[in-house]
Amino acid sequence: MTTPPEETVIAPPALVEIRVCTGTGCIANGSLVVADRLESAIAQAGASDRMRVTRTGCHGLCAQGPVVVTAPEGVFYPGVDPDHAEAVVRALLDGSGPVTEMLYRETPEEEPIARYADIPFNARQHRIVLRNCGVIDPEDIDQALRAGGYSGLRHALTDLTSDGLIEEIKASGLRGRGGAGFLTGMKWELARQSVGDQKYMICNADEGDPGAFMDRSVLEGDPHSVLEGMAIAAYAIGASEGFVYCRAEYPLAVRRLKKAIADAAAHGLLGDNIMDTEFSFHVGVREGAGAFVCGEETALIASVEGDRGMPRPRPPFPTTSGLWAKPTCINNVETLANVAWVVAHGAKALAAIGADDSKGTKVFALTGKIRHSGLVEVPLGLTIHEVIDEVGGGCQGARPTKAVQIGGPSGGCIPAHLFDTKIQYDTLLAAGAMMGSGGMVVVDDTTCMVDLARYFLTFTQDESCGKCVPCRVGTKRMLEIITRITEGKGRDGDIEELERLADVAKKASLCGLGQGAPNPVLTTLRYFRDEYEEHIHERRCRAAACAALSTYVIDADICKGCGVCKKHCPVSAISGQIKELHEIDPDICVKCGVCETRCPFDAISRM
Amino acid sequence: MTTTFDTTTLTVTIDGRRIAARTGQTVLEVCRENSIHIPTLCYDPRLKPYGGCRLCIVEIEGLRGYPTSCTTTVADGMVVTTESEALFELRRSVIELLLSDHKVDCLTCQSSGQCGLQDTAYEHAVEMPRFSGELHVEFIESENPLIARDLTKCIMCGRCVRICAEVEGRYVYGFTDRGFDSLPNTPYGVPLHDAYCEFCGQCVSTCPTGALSNKLGKFKGRIWEVEHTETTCGYCGVGCTLDVSTKNGKVIDVTAPLERGVNGGNLCAKGRYGWGYTHSPDRLTTPLVRRDGELVEVTWDEAIAEIAERLTAIRDEHGPESIGGLASAKCTNEENYLFQKVLRAGIGTHNIDHCARL
Repeated sequence: MTTPPEETVIAPPALVEIRVCTGTGCIANGSLVVADRLESAIAQAGASDRMRVTRTGCHGLCAQGPVVVTAPEGVFYPGVDPDHAEAVVRALLDGSGPVTEMLYRETPEEEPIARYADIPFNARQHRIVLRNCGVIDPEDIDQALRAGGYSGLRHALTDLTSDGLIEEIKASGLRGRGGAGFLTGMKWELARQSVGDQKYMICNADEGDPGAFMDRSVLEGDPHSVLEGMAIAAYAIGASEGFVYCRAEYPLAVRRLKKAIADAAAHGLLGDNIMDTEFSFHVGVREGAGAFVCGEETALIASVEGDRGMPRPRPPFPTTSGLWAKPTCINNVETLANVAWVVAHGAKALAAIGADDSKGTKVFALTGKIRHSGLVEVPLGLTIHEVIDEVGGGCQGARPTKAVQIGGPSGGCIPAHLFDTKIQYDTLLAAGAMMGSGGMVVVDDTTCMVDLARYFLTFTQDESCGKCVPCRVGTKRMLEIITRITEGKGRDGDIEELERLADVAKKASLCGLGQGAPNPVLTTLRYFRDEYEEHIHERRCRAAACAALSTYVIDADICKGCGVCKKHCPVSAISGQIKELHEIDPDICVKCGVCETRCPFDAISRM
Repeated sequence: MTTTFDTTTLTVTIDGRRIAARTGQTVLEVCRENSIHIPTLCYDPRLKPYGGCRLCIVEIEGLRGYPTSCTTTVADGMVVTTESEALFELRRSVIELLLSDHKVDCLTCQSSGQCGLQDTAYEHAVEMPRFSGELHVEFIESENPLIARDLTKCIMCGRCVRICAEVEGRYVYGFTDRGFDSLPNTPYGVPLHDAYCEFCGQCVSTCPTGALSNKLGKFKGRIWEVEHTETTCGYCGVGCTLDVSTKNGKVIDVTAPLERGVNGGNLCAKGRYGWGYTHSPDRLTTPLVRRDGELVEVTWDEAIAEIAERLTAIRDEHGPESIGGLASAKCTNEENYLFQKVLRAGIGTHNIDHCARL
């Protein structure tokens, strides 16, 4: 029987809640043990009636796991050791306030910050997509309902027509969060207008960009928001069946998603006659085998159909002829998590956030040399500088930030001097990057930009499906050229040849993977051309990152002649007598870096 | 692949020419019907459009980039450009990229002179390819007597994979590996005879390069040396149209012309490879009658008279039910009709059967 969420009798929340992150990152850091220890501490104190542990999804600050936050007071404990569980419980029970020594400090010298909301990482964030991540137990539908889950669907089914719903989404200005940024309402309208006895709604959860993990976090932390978004979209376009296409490498996300589907069906929120209306919608999960190209919608469809994931040319677009040649609407996880919020809060609420053509928020995965690796959700229109330096805390250590790769391997590399660029769809495109799924890989001056481009090109070349020539062979030829440049074997004309090949791949490739593959090369050529030229003409890598173009040297003023480097060198390239200056023979050295890490006096450096 | 069209006529403009087209036709089909040449490598009229080789790209007003003409259906008022400097350069680059990953041995390649890659390279004046680099993984299989596979020459157009799946329904080939190493291959690369291949040779018939070739005709004659005779296959009543290649009066290969006859370019294993008997020393060329324990050459009149006499004698002595006849699927309907008439009306028996397969 259908039990509408508003009428569901839900037990009142416990007085004090200890929220333990059980996202993949925190679990890897031992958060499940922390949760267990907290629970036994509560039981031992006889406080089970006043206190409970909630195993939540990701809080975002993945580098600081296991993350624990208490509610309602909002005290934040990063990197919690299981042995400290008792102290946390005791502090809550005796009212002595937060455990100071466990609190977060921006730097060891600074004063601790007690409240989660007050740490700089959270100060600029605006959580819509991640609204429930880190707050509710993703495996408990009652908590999702209490947090407002499925109220958007209820509003859509009871108060809105399909057309009215589409108008609402259009008015919100919501654009696709997975890649090209197509207007979501417009896509729904196209799918709605297509004629077909059966239509499909697909959620693209094949998050394949290296360094992007926002979709995983949403599925792990709040799967009901995605299912609600799918049901709303299905109602708008007239679909009765849908699939979530999720990578098999996300086992936790798949498990929580499947549980959420079963729970929602048991509550009458999915399946036949949802909320006692005429609307029926069934959802299945399809697991992908880890091909990056399957994030491309036509390849995704081929994969769901059971074929090898290879794209086909568009038109026809999936909204006309998609899964099994039926009209199909494909939105990604983050877009759908937005949808439920937009319908529940109204189009104006989203349109009020963001700037110009880019409304609402965007989740970014901050990785690389950044201080606070993790997930952040910020209003669109912030500058790159605001996200990287104010939210992410800038580069690790004292090194200067050099650039950021935005939008995954098909995105582009934006140099630090352009960090005033606002993060919007069109401004990023103009700068040579793209919003993509929102990966931000931050690099400092120890990263060689030629090598960075080589890395991303290696990825796209490996992941090419092989169907079309410019991608399969063109990116291979580009990779060969860029590899020889990093090996110090670059030739005159290599840059021009890279540009020519990039042009062919961009213009003649079949799908977005091939068309976008040259972007890291093109943007690094645009902003760091001098580094390419140094590699080719001076055989020099200024970041000392390219092994063939760098040497290890021992600083004569620092070396004490202890012999540690000589002892550990695997190729016996180091010579010298004890208590005398040692030397590295560059002809024998294989640049493994062991000497640098072993030297007790930091006398060895790569140049 | 035959497309079903409705009768609505559209008007499109291609290279400045106003042309009538039918709903559902692709731009490439309209161009081919109107003798407008667009280079292709992954296109075969027997197959569904694919859009992989990127040579048939065109410019279409109102559409972004360079859509492939083989996958784009015409719309009323569509304005198409099939030749421009930009298109020529892109196509040329694609061909150069393919050649940079191709074992170029046109000197002795069986496909020389009938090779799509060679033709398009010539058409685009590719003398020395600008690009060079590593070749994709070498894969040669030649364990059977009929089909030679040298995937070093493969251009990944996917035609072998598609014809085996779409036309034959055998699915012997699929794409293996990713990126630069992608190849159309059998499961785990096993030899064809272990991959449920029935050796129809359809893959060879569609391969635009020398990656797949017929072994029977190899080194027996070049395409420009042979005489072509269009004829009808004698194996069964379907009557497929054949193109028999002969050199110095000897058959060296059998193919089927595309878009001709009932078969439209398709053939089965027997039609394509079962012609070894033509020049076999064991082949019977005259009727033989056994006389005094020896087979003796006779004329058809003598042989038929002998058969009539002996059958009549058997019928008179043992009755018509003592005689039975087996017809053949190699005969046409008309021939089978006549055969049963001889047995029923001539001899008076219903003992007629048919092998029903070749």
